[in-house]
Amino acid sequence: MSEEEEDYYLELCERPVHFEKANPVNCVFFDEANKQVFAVRSGGATGVVVKGPEDRSPISFRMEDKGEVKCIKFSLGNKILAVQRTAKTVVLPEKRSLKLLKSQNINVNWYMYCPESSVILLSTTVLGNVLQPFYFRAGTMSKLSKFEIELPAAPKSTKLSLSERDIAMATIYGQLHVLFLRHHSRTSNSAGAEVVLYHLPREGVCKKTHILKLNRTGKFALNVVDNLVVVHHQDTETSVIFDIKLRGEFDGTITLHHPVLPARSIQPYQIPMAGPASVTSQSPVPCKLYSSSWIVFQPDIIISASQGYLWTLQVKLQPVVNLLLDKGRLMDFLLQRRDCKMVILSVCSQMLSESDRGTLPVIATVFDKLNHEYKKYLEAEQNYTMVVETGQSRSNPLLKRPVRTQAVIDQSDMYTHVLSVFTEKKEIPHKFVIAVLMEYIRSLNQFQIPVQHYLHELVIKTLVQHNLFYMLHQFLQYHVLSDSKPLACLLLSLESIYPPAHQLSLDMLKRLSTANDEIVEVLLSKHQVLAALRFIRGIGGHDNISARKFLDAAKQTEDNMLFYTIFRFFEQRNQRLRGNPNFTPGEHCDEHVAFFKQVFGDQALMKPTTF
Amino acid sequence: MAAAGAAQEKQFPPALLSFFIYNPRFGPREGEEEKKILFYHPNEVEKNEKIRNVGLCEAIVQFTRTFSPSKPAKSLHTQKNRQFFNEPEENFWMVMVVRNPMIEKHSKDGKPIVEYQEEELLLFNGTFLKAMEDGGVKVLKERLEKFFHRYLQTLHLQSCDLLDIFGGISFFPLDKMTYLKIQSFINKMEESLNIVKYTAFLYNDQLIWSGLEQDDMRILYKYLTTSLFPRHIEPELAGRDSPIRAEMPGNLQHYGRFLTGPLNLNDPEAKCRFPKIFVNTDDTYEELHLIVYKAMSAAVCFMIDASMQPSLDFCRRLDSIVGPQLTVLASDICEQYNINKRISGSEKEPQFKFIYFNHMNLAEKSTIHMRKTPSISLTSVHPDLMKILGDINSDFTRMDEDEEIIVKAMSDYWVVGKKSDQRELYVILNQKNANLIEVNEEVKKLCATQFNNIFFLD
Repeated sequence: MSEEEEDYYLELCERPVHFEKANPVNCVFFDEANKQVFAVRSGGATGVVVKGPEDRSPISFRMEDKGEVKCIKFSLGNKILAVQRTAKTVVLPEKRSLKLLKSQNINVNWYMYCPESSVILLSTTVLGNVLQPFYFRAGTMSKLSKFEIELPAAPKSTKLSLSERDIAMATIYGQLHVLFLRHHSRTSNSAGAEVVLYHLPREGVCKKTHILKLNRTGKFALNVVDNLVVVHHQDTETSVIFDIKLRGEFDGTITLHHPVLPARSIQPYQIPMAGPASVTSQSPVPCKLYSSSWIVFQPDIIISASQGYLWTLQVKLQPVVNLLLDKGRLMDFLLQRRDCKMVILSVCSQMLSESDRGTLPVIATVFDKLNHEYKKYLEAEQNYTMVVETGQSRSNPLLKRPVRTQAVIDQSDMYTHVLSVFTEKKEIPHKFVIAVLMEYIRSLNQFQIPVQHYLHELVIKTLVQHNLFYMLHQFLQYHVLSDSKPLACLLLSLESIYPPAHQLSLDMLKRLSTANDEIVEVLLSKHQVLAALRFIRGIGGHDNISARKFLDAAKQTEDNMLFYTIFRFFEQRNQRLRGNPNFTPGEHCDEHVAFFKQVFGDQALMKPTTF
Repeated sequence: MAAAGAAQEKQFPPALLSFFIYNPRFGPREGEEEKKILFYHPNEVEKNEKIRNVGLCEAIVQFTRTFSPSKPAKSLHTQKNRQFFNEPEENFWMVMVVRNPMIEKHSKDGKPIVEYQEEELLLFNGTFLKAMEDGGVKVLKERLEKFFHRYLQTLHLQSCDLLDIFGGISFFPLDKMTYLKIQSFINKMEESLNIVKYTAFLYNDQLIWSGLEQDDMRILYKYLTTSLFPRHIEPELAGRDSPIRAEMPGNLQHYGRFLTGPLNLNDPEAKCRFPKIFVNTDDTYEELHLIVYKAMSAAVCFMIDASMQPSLDFCRRLDSIVGPQLTVLASDICEQYNINKRISGSEKEPQFKFIYFNHMNLAEKSTIHMRKTPSISLTSVHPDLMKILGDINSDFTRMDEDEEIIVKAMSDYWVVGKKSDQRELYVILNQKNANLIEVNEEVKKLCATQFNNIFFLD
């Protein structure tokens, strides 16, 4: 059963708005703008209850029953109530005046308003298929260019051929679209109905851009959820989804899309039983889905007036993973979804698991898609910072900090949730582990994203664990693992098991050019006192080094000639800097002076030279 | 051969006089001495002389062992020739006798060559003991005969120089991104041709990636660059190497072809025989088939377990998978390499003539050699200078400390040798009026420009 359950990729929200079901004495109205349900009992005399999905407490009031209510709405912010009882009058219960701001004279068959985008669509002409949009903003109304909806076949009569039932408006990927449900017509040879998308920009002309093939006929309803077009089919009681950003068949102007996934029913829904405590033993009642009493509103609302529920429709991403087998397409799909992060990370973990392992080309594709999105965000962020820093932000008030969506999966996410766990798994062959890590690093480099140190460390750790030192050596040779002090130190620690690590580490410290002290320490620890001194002299730092440190190291070598050389070097430095070869008390070299005298005699000390 | 007048002798290059392998345990009793000899070159030599020479070597080794039990004599230098003794495995001795090029000077190049011989023998034949286990002395003798018959022909002592002593690997310079692409390619190929155990990748005869351990790669590299690749150069130059295989339907156009294995994949009778190599002989002792596949300048070596016999189907699959991708990759590398060359401006003739070698990763680099093949060593400097390089190197090998040697050659050239940790650098400067300090400064400058990304002591 769990298998079955996991298959449903659409569900009704858990907490619907519950209202008194429609009946002869209770009229139910829905206001799309505020997404509020009005339950008007006995024309308002016995109460009006207003509920919205976001409202915590419902608004209740009474009003006089002055006849049948045709429509009832609140203004934004619930300040003013408007009631329409006849075809031509709207009543505002309190005394208010309305001002006519602008008027347009058009013969209108029907209208449709999209509150999200503040655009009204008017159906004009005899056939009704010429649509005139208007855009409202800050008290003004602007006329947008009108456009014609292509009807399936040349209409025989001159009667209204475009019904408002077949038109919807919704914002998809930030752009307003007009959706036209074109039913199957006998004259056309298309196999079924289709949804035609018209892109309606604020400026410019409206263009037909996408066609969604439904491959079936009958009664349909549309929703838009998380930028997906959901098409419900009542006859089969299933729904399909379309994603216009996924690659379709492009003919130069229009892209043809097929459903992303096979048709599935909305996940079965149980109506929670409300009622007296005595009857709670009753099990929840299954809700009739795709009921004929369902009314669908944009973008994602489904209302069952007969049952008294308002739901929002939701997309479940986890089931999609098992239905969409092409991992590249799956990633394209998931990256466009709102709550995608954890699902994407779980897909990554899954394709690296031993039982469900993806091939390297697939893994590479997935990494590239993730990093493409990651890079886009980094670039936007960088541009924003640059504009702010250079002070151009004042001249550009529209500038906004880029939003980090869930689709931005960075190195730390990958490391924490996927890669560090993956490299720990004993059952996975190390060859595969290394190949995957290198593939991820390759992808980051391809998008010119600087690779974080912890990823390099993961590679090194894996290579060291399997004694693949020569591989490590080659990676370092081609600078695949970027230079850093921590990496150099890590290499130093490997010297005992892999001697060449010493050279690799010194080279790296040298390239960093900020690690000269470390180089001296490394050389001294290897008793290469002369080499250390030559190095520090080569970079011109020999006037500031501690004589004691070098003399200590020289003494430890038990090589008297070396000690002599080092001692003499510092005597000469003293002479040059202070005009006297003797050490000052602050240098704490008494012990070394004594040792020098003991071995080479007092007369071997350098004499102060005076000019 | 021996009848060379003293006057002419100077012009004679060093030459191989004889080469033999013996095991004293195989014929300890008198009259059975011949059994000791496993291989003798030249084979025409009279039996008694063979026995005499082997006996002499045995005696020298035994005699010197009294002075240094753990390190018996490695070479014996006489007026006319020099003998090298090498004991690669217990009681197995390889002896090489080289005629000295000139009476007063001697070549030091011989020693490492004996060792490489042994290594290459190891790569293609495994150990002596292993061969004995496989089929006794007879099999061992057959294998030695087969191997050295061909190998000694590729040995050109007269063209040996410092680079042969190092036996290094030339690495192809490459940017990180292209390198990662190659990594990605190799990993994908190993995944789809799932029987591949190790892979190596070369471009322009220079190494880019080795899945083998360093020691094994060193020998394989030498084989590829001195034997296998040169054999295929001629047809490439002749233009017979661009079979854009459009005739096979559904086959992507590519330039891939096998350097080992089947010559013509369309021939159903094509033989899929690949050379066998032996790696990790110290511990796991693996026997592998060596598949070398090349597209344009990119060569990739796939090594698969010898227990699997690659079929013609496998070869065709390999060709169809690797061929197109390797062709694209090869042109990518070429393009990237040209871009990098333009950026760094290294297109110009390098101002300095130098040889660099790093013992740690066996990386070698030479601006002295215009072309180095086993039979020709085309250097831009006089052989006498090359000789000095050899001498400096032999001084370095005796010392553990870092050191620097500056030599003013007779021909007004300055020769500088530097040793820092595991690295050696040899520079030849043509500044006859320069003094020691100026030469030192010049070399410092060279290090700062050419080797600024490594820790190289001034």
